[in-house]
Amino acid sequence: MKLHRLLLAPSLGTILIFMVLPIAITTLYSVLTPAQYGGVIWKPSAEAYIRLLFERDIFDDTLTFNTDYLQILGRSVLQAGVATLLCLIIGLPTAWFIATRPPGQKSLWLMLVTVPYWVNLLVRTIALLLILRDEGPINRALQSVGLIDGPLSLAYNNFAIGLGLVSSFLPFMILPLYAAIERFDFSLLEAAYDLHANRRKAFFAVVLPILRPGLIAGGLLVFIPGIGSYLAPDILGGGKTLMLGNLIGMQFQGSRNWPFGAALSTILMAVTLIALFIVARRAAREDA
Amino acid sequence: MQDQEDACRLTGLGRTYGKGVSAHRALDSIDLTIRANEFFTLLGPSGCGKTTLLRLIGGFDQPTAGEIAIFGRNVAGLPPEDRPVNTVFQNYALFPHLTVAENVGFALRMLGRPKAEIAATVARMVALVGLEGMEHRRPDQLSGGQKQRVALARALAPGPKILLLDEPLSALDAKLRQRMRSELKALQRETGITFVFVTHDQDEALAMSDRIAVMQGGRVQQLGKPEEIYEAPANRFVADFIGGANLIPARIGARGAEAEGLGVVPASGDLGAEVTLAIRPERLAILPAGQQQPGDLGPLRVAERIYMGNELSFRLEGALVPLHVTLPRGGLRGAQDFTPGDAVCLRAEPGAIRVLSS
Amino acid sequence: MALFDARAKDIRNLPGFGLTATLAVAFLYAPIVFLVLYSFNAGRSISRLDGLSWRWYQAVFANEEIAGAALNSVLLAVIAASVATVMATAAALAMVRMKVRRRAAAYAVLNFPLMVPEIVTAIASLIFFSSVGLGLGFGSLVIAHTTFCIPFAYLPITARLTSMDPALESAAADLYARPWTQFRLITLPLLAPGLMSGWLLAFIVSLDDFIISSMLSGPGSTTLPVHIYSMLRLGITPEVNAVSSLMVLASALVVITSGLIARKHS
Repeated sequence: MKLHRLLLAPSLGTILIFMVLPIAITTLYSVLTPAQYGGVIWKPSAEAYIRLLFERDIFDDTLTFNTDYLQILGRSVLQAGVATLLCLIIGLPTAWFIATRPPGQKSLWLMLVTVPYWVNLLVRTIALLLILRDEGPINRALQSVGLIDGPLSLAYNNFAIGLGLVSSFLPFMILPLYAAIERFDFSLLEAAYDLHANRRKAFFAVVLPILRPGLIAGGLLVFIPGIGSYLAPDILGGGKTLMLGNLIGMQFQGSRNWPFGAALSTILMAVTLIALFIVARRAAREDA
Repeated sequence: MQDQEDACRLTGLGRTYGKGVSAHRALDSIDLTIRANEFFTLLGPSGCGKTTLLRLIGGFDQPTAGEIAIFGRNVAGLPPEDRPVNTVFQNYALFPHLTVAENVGFALRMLGRPKAEIAATVARMVALVGLEGMEHRRPDQLSGGQKQRVALARALAPGPKILLLDEPLSALDAKLRQRMRSELKALQRETGITFVFVTHDQDEALAMSDRIAVMQGGRVQQLGKPEEIYEAPANRFVADFIGGANLIPARIGARGAEAEGLGVVPASGDLGAEVTLAIRPERLAILPAGQQQPGDLGPLRVAERIYMGNELSFRLEGALVPLHVTLPRGGLRGAQDFTPGDAVCLRAEPGAIRVLSS
Repeated sequence: MALFDARAKDIRNLPGFGLTATLAVAFLYAPIVFLVLYSFNAGRSISRLDGLSWRWYQAVFANEEIAGAALNSVLLAVIAASVATVMATAAALAMVRMKVRRRAAAYAVLNFPLMVPEIVTAIASLIFFSSVGLGLGFGSLVIAHTTFCIPFAYLPITARLTSMDPALESAAADLYARPWTQFRLITLPLLAPGLMSGWLLAFIVSLDDFIISSMLSGPGSTTLPVHIYSMLRLGITPEVNAVSSLMVLASALVVITSGLIARKHS
């Protein structure tokens, strides 16, 4: 028993001190007063949370309701949600296709899907920008065959950000789905047919319920990093359309309002934990 | 004579898992003596405590009560590496990254024996189990039977005083299992090492053992030679678990044991005591009801005729419990065949009916 | 009478699934292929090929800032992956031997870094290191990277460990091996492929990080992704393509290595 504690101490200690504690301190910072050049003054203040909903007039301190930040929050959730849905629509058939290949082809396909995950995310995002630009290969190809006159604006908008999120996190959707389908016992389908199900009914009554844990895992793995994603909106959105991640980052770079950044980060963390908690509780209930 | 020395003596041995109300008593004060040079079998259904007992002797688990002495030496608290016993594991537990020779020589290497001695012993052990030429293969290049032999050679190489075998044949197919039975028995005779063999398979136990301990519920139900266990089961559980028996509830009356609907069979005991009559199905003869004599069981009705190739058996109804009678194929010659619905009676061989207290 | 149509029943091959898979893979690779292609451009443009050349790679190799940032990145990844692997191995060894109920809390902590959005980790680390006075720079980077690498190293190691037959250690004990020898001769060699995959995964995850490094790196401790990002301010140049392509190459080498390890031990 003592040995076990000794073996666990370094990793648990490291995570508790350098990850859990900093997040707790961040939450504390969110209710302090910002200092002028970054950092905080140790004086309690709810200003950071008020600022999320209201604009304070510089002269008379009156508060007016302001939805700017809420919109960014909503847009982040929406973008991540759409990206998750798209990943699901692309990922499920892909994972299904891979899982039903013969063993040799299967490992090849699996490798093809996994390799991009190992390539640096910044590099992948830059690469995507390259082909979406006005002078990029897609626009040039369309123009040269005369389909369009001027370039389509594919980059620096919500479409580009969405595409960026999908390409960033698609492997996260495919891999857990693949694992779930791989374990699926196809003789269950024969049993379903034997019990008078047709192909569609068999899919919805037998396949989908069994794949649900894989679907949920994949969904979380795309949605959670999606909400807080930084690079895709920053590079593909051209800095014009902000998402939560960028707004948080800005508070520690140009704007230097640490408590506001800390508050936004606390909200992001809370959303994430709530999502995980709901899923975990549902999974526990289904297990029971 | 050394033969009479005790290889392993267990005194009041107990093992309880958990605490309080959820405590589970896996072994309940076992007293048992295993003699030197014998092939000793622990037989019982899964969960009876036989594997726990083996693990306690091997040192993989520590008892919560009682003592274990191996050749007179108390081994309480000693880890496996300090006990003069070796184990053949259920799924062999061969080291997958080591060759056959390295697996077999592992213990000697641990004991720091000289290289030449290790090589010689490994060669002898590999020859003993008939694996010459396979020394440099890895476990995943071996068949199930070959893995089994490597596991045996590996456990025998350090020359243990006792060899523990945990269901070693359960992973093999039926034919190979038959052959390994004879080989194991021959190996035990050849090496003269005490074998403690754990199994749930009664045929294995009866075929190989010098003595058997039948276990159930963490206790030893009966200890004896295979013949004793089979012919004279000590209680209902043993009678039922070994070979199957007709177990008929009865009551001791003035003229013998009275079984409802079956008549009276000779038996002595306290008047009015509830007993169980145990009769092996192959020690009964089946006759037309008309030929019933005093002492025969009946009348009964044939409910089912079951043909099984090497034997023919009937299920009979009319008593409190259905009765079974089995005729060897040759036994039918001259005897009358029956079909469902026929009225019959049963005649037991002399001494075939055992009266067990309920 | 309707005949049995095997194809209509076969749910393994659904129409359009193969096409979707092909398009998905194309979507993942096309940008990378273009990136690498234009890194060999002889001209300055990133949208018109003027012949092929190595000139941008020469430019990258001549650039001392890039070399310094690359060295920082590799050094950081090697240290973080190594420390994380040692910690994760110790944790995995303890976890497989623990009772299920006691394991749950430790498991939640070990996996915690996987659940935190990167941007949260980044600013929380920034706040923590500046508030406790450790400041920014290479030391803080090492600590932060080690921390988020632990669960990545832990996953393959614990997977390998749980697939190992616990009877093997019992067998070694039975054959007179002392606990430390059991670990050295049986557990460690069998765990080796898991250790390698764990280390490689942690290495690549550390190398991949941009946002945490960008918050924590001080002057002189810039990592390669942070440097590439700063190059973007001047627009995408073939030089960016070249250095990015080198990162793709590095990832490919790691993938091939870990693939070979997995194949050898499957």
